[in-house]
Amino acid sequence: MFFSKSYDVVVIGGGHAGTEAALASARSGALTLLLTHSMETLGQMSCNPSIGGIGKGHLVKEIDALGGAMAAAADDAGIHFRRLNSSKGPAVRATRAQADRSLYRQAIRTRLEAQSGLDIFQGSAVDVLVSGDSVKGVLTNIGLTIKAKTVVLTAGTFLAGKIHVGLENHEAGRAGDPPSNALAARLRELHLPAGRLKTGTPPRIDGRTINFTSLERQDGDPVRPVFSFLGSRDQHPRQIPCWITHTNEQTHAFIRSGLDRSPMYTGRIEGVGPRYCPSIEDKVVRFSERDQHQIFLEPEGLNTNEYYPNGISTSLPFDVQVQIVKSIKGLEEAHILRPGYAIEYDYFDPRSLKPTLETKELNNLFFAGQINGTTGYEEAAAQGLLAGLNASRKAQGKDGWCPRRDEAYLGVLVDDLITRGVTEPYRMFTSRAEYRLSLREDNADLRLTPIGRELGLVDDRRWDAFERKRSLIEEETDRLKKLFVGPDGGDQEAIKNIVGKGLDHEYSAIQLLKRPEVSYGALMSLVGVGPGVEDEVAAEQVEIQAKYQGYIDRQKEEVTKMAGLEGIQIPEEMNYINISGLSAEAKQKLAFGRPSTLGQASRISGITPAAIGILLVHIKRANQSSQDRGSHSRVVS
Amino acid sequence: MSNSDTIAAIATGSGSGGIGVVRVSGGRVRKIAEHILGGLPKTRMATTRTFKNAAGVAIDAGLAIFFEAPNSYTGEDVLELQGHGGPAVLRLLLRSCIDSGARLAEPGEFTQRAYLNDKMDLAQAESVADLIGASSAAAVLSAHRSLSGEFSSRTEAIKDELIEIRVFVEAAIDFSDEEIDFLEDRLVMDRIKSICQKLKTLRSLASQGNLLREGVKVVLAGEPNVGKSTLMNLLSEEEASIVTEHAGTTRDSIQRHIVIGGVPILMIDTAGLRTSEDPVEAIGIARALTNAEDADVVLEMRVAGMEGRPPTLLFDVDEAKKIIVVNKIDLLGESGRLGTKDGIPMVCLSAKTGDGVEMLKSILLEKIGVRRSDEAPFMARERHLNALDRAAEHVSLALSNIDVIELCAEELRIAQNAVSEITGEFVADDLLGEIFSSFCVGK
Repeated sequence: MFFSKSYDVVVIGGGHAGTEAALASARSGALTLLLTHSMETLGQMSCNPSIGGIGKGHLVKEIDALGGAMAAAADDAGIHFRRLNSSKGPAVRATRAQADRSLYRQAIRTRLEAQSGLDIFQGSAVDVLVSGDSVKGVLTNIGLTIKAKTVVLTAGTFLAGKIHVGLENHEAGRAGDPPSNALAARLRELHLPAGRLKTGTPPRIDGRTINFTSLERQDGDPVRPVFSFLGSRDQHPRQIPCWITHTNEQTHAFIRSGLDRSPMYTGRIEGVGPRYCPSIEDKVVRFSERDQHQIFLEPEGLNTNEYYPNGISTSLPFDVQVQIVKSIKGLEEAHILRPGYAIEYDYFDPRSLKPTLETKELNNLFFAGQINGTTGYEEAAAQGLLAGLNASRKAQGKDGWCPRRDEAYLGVLVDDLITRGVTEPYRMFTSRAEYRLSLREDNADLRLTPIGRELGLVDDRRWDAFERKRSLIEEETDRLKKLFVGPDGGDQEAIKNIVGKGLDHEYSAIQLLKRPEVSYGALMSLVGVGPGVEDEVAAEQVEIQAKYQGYIDRQKEEVTKMAGLEGIQIPEEMNYINISGLSAEAKQKLAFGRPSTLGQASRISGITPAAIGILLVHIKRANQSSQDRGSHSRVVS
Repeated sequence: MSNSDTIAAIATGSGSGGIGVVRVSGGRVRKIAEHILGGLPKTRMATTRTFKNAAGVAIDAGLAIFFEAPNSYTGEDVLELQGHGGPAVLRLLLRSCIDSGARLAEPGEFTQRAYLNDKMDLAQAESVADLIGASSAAAVLSAHRSLSGEFSSRTEAIKDELIEIRVFVEAAIDFSDEEIDFLEDRLVMDRIKSICQKLKTLRSLASQGNLLREGVKVVLAGEPNVGKSTLMNLLSEEEASIVTEHAGTTRDSIQRHIVIGGVPILMIDTAGLRTSEDPVEAIGIARALTNAEDADVVLEMRVAGMEGRPPTLLFDVDEAKKIIVVNKIDLLGESGRLGTKDGIPMVCLSAKTGDGVEMLKSILLEKIGVRRSDEAPFMARERHLNALDRAAEHVSLALSNIDVIELCAEELRIAQNAVSEITGEFVADDLLGEIFSSFCVGK
């Protein structure tokens, strides 16, 4: 039975990857269907109720800069906002919000329902329709066939998902939801390179049984950060605090006594878990010298009493979980609402993906989120946006797009995945980004909104706001470049106070702003220099750009060196084995990794500059001979 | 395909002596000529000039030739500086180019650029790729040979310390929410200071040549009076200025350090290998024997007219390592030539007149595995020293930026990248692995 309509793009899965994918696909002009097994769980936060963090906040801002929903939904649903690393420099400052789960789901669903060109349909995908080596559509569990030019699969932890609590286990995609076994089996049949990963979640606690009076209270920042470039504090609902408590020696003793019934320590779990986000039993075993571990009690929402004890993810048996929880200060009388558990699931080796997140094995099939070996809502959403965009572009016969490592955390994320693969669930950290000083939260829009506009992802409202901000910054920077302050005239006393000493000759205002001790505000207090721009965000940007300029220039030089290589595409059918001059190791690694560009090839471990030189020569030669035969060059992108 | 960056290398071909050439190619050539020569020479005209370093001090005099793009070997602006001062001065000249904005060329990079800028035809492509592969292999080999194990172990140790300090700094950035004080008072500063000091010490030891390895081992075997000493003297005389660089290395009648075509070679004369009563001499003999046994090449010397008579060797030799040297051709009125005997390469020469010695040098270098290319073998070592310089510079910058943690982290990252050029790569994920195994982070 065929579905009444056929689509450009069908997105399977309604989590963070799937919803951004569906939105991006529809925004960029493709007729899109979002297929979810449950309308009630669209935008569900399956693990901790928070968005952002160091590295992750950067991704959220980038999603926003490209017109995505996550930042705006976090502004609608955030009940506790903080700016992390606020005492450090702008490059590593990051926004994080606790979100009300149900407000968040609502915020996402509202945006899905408002998106033109997007249909939502409830049903479980059981198969993809394959013809030759191309995907043509999706088959659902009620025997419906939905035709599509491209398909984005965002299966989360649902593929052959298996939940462990102690030595008990059962098949599930998430607590309370069935797994996608048919689809998992089908994908394995297609010989896509699959593996198993594991993640975990803590028991949830009834807030009515927590004794908060004995706990440390953590409020959000007094000056609340805002996630979306278009957002405002007025969007934020009522703010409530988090609470901090700790495990103790008694907790650790209970954990140790339960290890003989731990699925991890008895070898029942084969999947690899993240080193970051370890279970509490992992922390106690690996860092036995620590006598306590910090736990954040995070509210799940404004209209619920459920609390998420961040820090005690566990798959120990339920009776041990009860012992653990009750041993913790403030939780002596706590009632567990839902047990903690570990979940194992299938993922596919992301090295078999193109930078567009299309699989190399099957044309028109795109993967995003945990299926690619990542963890985290932000990582999933960012990939979803990219996969949705590229699925849409491919359906419309357009070229794919992926940002480079120097343009976005999204570029770092995808390049790491497709070049290096994963050995554990991949999570974003700022230390993964070599161009960290350029890839800041504060300039995500300056980096990505213009290209997002070209790609059709950015609507007029966002674009107008962006253009206003950009011209404010440019005009003010220009003004400060042309404005000179010197040892003569003006209020010398005030200059001395701001600069720390008298000036020996004339400096432009922008040169003074480069100095660490000179702030924009102070500079504007000088008669003849101020009052400057009122827009705080623009003023901040002028200052950051001035202060980081030297470093940014140096990184740009590094980028320029690489840019030549990034632009050179390697033909898909390249036969590495026949290239003379390459070492056997290089041949094998390149043949396995099948990099898309020379830049990507250069980042494969063990690939030397000499190997790149040889490839460069080889590509040019292949290109020349194909031109000689009268066909078109496909080398330059 | 245009490359905006400018590359420089010592381009003296292997086996040639006397004049050394530094070649520079790329967009900054004109600026570099300005700095070193005080102005751009006329295009394609060999011009005599004084070469100056960044401080304006004259370091050598010689010929400078400028080739304007696209009419040059690489198709870019090219400057060739031909000096007389021997390798040490050549290195100073190379350094001046780098100080003026060039970077050290990768093996085979000039040829690669030539090819990419359409200076070569399609038929040459295969050989270009081969050449790049071979020069890079030769570079690795010669770096191994010219730098001692001590250099490697010290570099490794510095890399480990850099990683350790980066673990703290990066953890302080990425895991600031944890209840761990990653940057205890003075700990970070003291460690960075210590790394800085170690880099400087290593750099100065390396440039003094104290960490130079003994080099490729070449054994000279033959009966008395076949002319071994004469040949050895001839080979070492020509490179006398280089020999002096290896202060502190053994120089006696049994073994001698020489440099051929930039490759450091330990030449061992087995004529001295006889039993001795003198305990000092006995130790020397024992050492020479050990060296001879794991020699890279054995020169089996015979006298012209008596080629059929191989010398008695005190040790076993793999045929593949042998070169037959037939000396004293001048007595038979013959001239130098190359050939083979029973599949073994054979050079006929006169150690007295020098006829045929150049042939010996090239066949020797070929045997060692160094091909003629635009990659002078000691470029590899130069690259390592350059990496140490950059590491030291950025570690100092890390120190001066210690209060701005993300800038300090950036400098340490660049410093570690530089050291990793010597020790092999280390990626962000490895760093995170170190953080996870050192600290209990994460919820």
